[in-house]
Amino acid sequence: MNSKQLLSGNEAIARGAWEAGIHVACGYPGTPSTEIIENLARYDDIDVEWSTNEKVAFDVAYGASLAGARSLVSMKHVGVNVALDSLMVTPFSGVHGGFVVITADDPGMHSSQNEQDNRFFAKFAKIPMLEPSDSQEAKEFVKIAFDISEQFDVPVFLRTTTRTSHSKSVVEFSEAKRTPPQKYKHDPQKYVVPIWGKRRRQNIEMRLKKMEEFAETFPENKIEWNSKKIGVITSGICYQYAKEVFPDASFLKLGMIFPLPKKMLEWFCDGVEKIYVVEELEPFLEEQLRLLGVKNPFGSLNLSGKDVFTNMFELSPDIVQHAFSGNGEKKSFDNEIAIPPRPPVMCPGCPHSGVYFVLHKLKTVVTGDIGCYTLGALPPFNALDTTLCMGAGIGNAFGMEKVHRATMGKKLVAVIGDSTFLHSGIAPLIDIVFNKGITTVVLMDNSTTGMTGHQQHPGMGKTVRLENTYAINYEQLISAIGVKHIRVVDPYDLEATETAMKEALALNEPAVVISRRACVLLEEEKAKTHYPYEVLGELCEECDLCLKIGCPAIDGSQAVPFISKERCIGCDLCAKLCNFDAIRMIEN
Amino acid sequence: MMKNNIGKNILFAGVGGQGILLISELTARAAIHTDFDVKKTEVHGAAQRGGSVVSHVRFAEKVYSPISKTGEVDILLSLEKLEGLRWAHYVKDGGIILLNNEERSPQPMTEKKVEYPQNIEEFLSSKGYNVQIIDAVSMASAMGNYRAANTILLGAMASHTGIDDEHWFAVMKENLNPKILELNLQAFEMGKKLSQKVLSVA
Repeated sequence: MNSKQLLSGNEAIARGAWEAGIHVACGYPGTPSTEIIENLARYDDIDVEWSTNEKVAFDVAYGASLAGARSLVSMKHVGVNVALDSLMVTPFSGVHGGFVVITADDPGMHSSQNEQDNRFFAKFAKIPMLEPSDSQEAKEFVKIAFDISEQFDVPVFLRTTTRTSHSKSVVEFSEAKRTPPQKYKHDPQKYVVPIWGKRRRQNIEMRLKKMEEFAETFPENKIEWNSKKIGVITSGICYQYAKEVFPDASFLKLGMIFPLPKKMLEWFCDGVEKIYVVEELEPFLEEQLRLLGVKNPFGSLNLSGKDVFTNMFELSPDIVQHAFSGNGEKKSFDNEIAIPPRPPVMCPGCPHSGVYFVLHKLKTVVTGDIGCYTLGALPPFNALDTTLCMGAGIGNAFGMEKVHRATMGKKLVAVIGDSTFLHSGIAPLIDIVFNKGITTVVLMDNSTTGMTGHQQHPGMGKTVRLENTYAINYEQLISAIGVKHIRVVDPYDLEATETAMKEALALNEPAVVISRRACVLLEEEKAKTHYPYEVLGELCEECDLCLKIGCPAIDGSQAVPFISKERCIGCDLCAKLCNFDAIRMIEN
Repeated sequence: MMKNNIGKNILFAGVGGQGILLISELTARAAIHTDFDVKKTEVHGAAQRGGSVVSHVRFAEKVYSPISKTGEVDILLSLEKLEGLRWAHYVKDGGIILLNNEERSPQPMTEKKVEYPQNIEEFLSSKGYNVQIIDAVSMASAMGNYRAANTILLGAMASHTGIDDEHWFAVMKENLNPKILELNLQAFEMGKKLSQKVLSVA
């Protein structure tokens, strides 16, 4: 194998974890973290799993650490919120085998419901956090993280952002260091935290002091002396942007952003005229710097950071340049020529389209959830009233029902995907049954985790390595929860879907409608023969009803809609809507 | 080893699902094959498909940011015309813009229909860019497989990168299914011929 490879940050993390000799890796898919587990699954000597959610992933991987193995858990930024209950206790209990927690943050919310700066979780939990700035560092920092974890008996955060996770750069491989797990040690005074935790409380503060000293000589906190006019303090991808903009400046590049090396910061600030703190999102470094009281001989306020940068969205070389020099970004031409936006759309033949067409028609109030089906909020469906976070839709619906049961109860629908249902939809459904609600839930079972690119989940009967396993039977599961009214429909059958919805909404008890059809992007679905449809111009009355299914294979910009032969998958939803029989399968 | 220039910033644009990620990957690999430092990244929205997608590829002796600055891109290759217009301000003055002759109307975000901008080629030419429209889909269909369209575009772009053919051939051999390799090598050659016209102007 060529020693130099072009790897994404996520691929490099997987390689680094393998080189570090890990035994167990767990995660739940979430952009931009997903490819870490997918790539780890390629190494046969690691036990890798997609877990049911991030807390479960955390607990399983942590259990492996307690058993003496190096282990890793991977999640996106909001995944840490799900795992936080467990995470906050682990500084008390420490580790046995090295334990690394990956948080992949998403500045700019490219594929997330919110923007949150998970550097604060390191400070909050009082555990160290490393931040790589390219793929080579991503690989090396994983290994260093395991060493630190074992040296200080502490879980270690490795933080990436979308741009480090998903950009590719050159990586040189090294040999793996594979050792068997250490022997398990029975040690309840360390691991049964609620009883003995008080005694361990001071350990956390002592460890923090030691790690602060460690940070002073940690080789990945690097100073690059150049011109003394500008000194840039930065970490992660911002280092790359700042290097692009200030090639002649001095740099303090922090490989570890918590805890910070106070003496090193003082020394660096002492040596430069003006300090720029270049960081994405919140003023995390800047606030700590100011709290440390780091002085600069040219004036204590000679520091620029969030006074010139926004704390929102991703930075870029353009934004960094613009912030300090006033020039930079070249504007797009949309003030001279109209450039319409291109929002993401559901795929041609997406099974969710059928459900949303029906819900729109029935004028229901729909609480949504996280997945491809969140796109139901956009025209032509305009079908979603809410979408907050994984599993929230069902509880939100029940809360609405509590306030306006008489009116809304018959119009309330919570939609949730199969993967999300298993992640965090079961508990709120139990809540509805337990507390005598009547809300209707639509389980949009497309047989995969569609949003993040088809990862396996417990309903699919396949593991991350595509080995066969038990597949959850949703009807039985939901029945065991106590839901009596369960109906399964094919969302391509618009009439049956509408009938099932009306029936469920008319009941005075909880109901679940399972909309079952596989995602059209699954390989086995794509491999099926497709017979595309066409619009017969002479029969078309230009009523545009076919556009109400929101299919991107149909171009509605002209009077007579046009179906792209290459993109149509022959689902026939548009043909079913046409009252003039003007949409027909193309004769072969 | 080939380092007869200081590298290039290339931007690929299009609609999610068109194959931008594969052609930018091939480009990045061809650059690494020449021993350049290389960085590549994608910027896209929530959906796998249908949204506006760009991919930056940068190669030089040393590359820091994976994202190019606006006004610094040497070549923009867009698989769809409107997307070429959307990202054209990234291209440097006098830079090259290659547009696949394909128009895909965006789905509207309101109930109003979308007006697809007219005269994109003329507009961009008037800004001083070196614009070329390439009828890749019909050329590929004439070859017997419309899926080779992206390789025709890649070939048209390759001549402007300064990367020698041997590196392109090597990465195509390494990364494409052997069944479609011959077709793609032909498509690449066909694309290269198209770019002679632009080269003589540039």
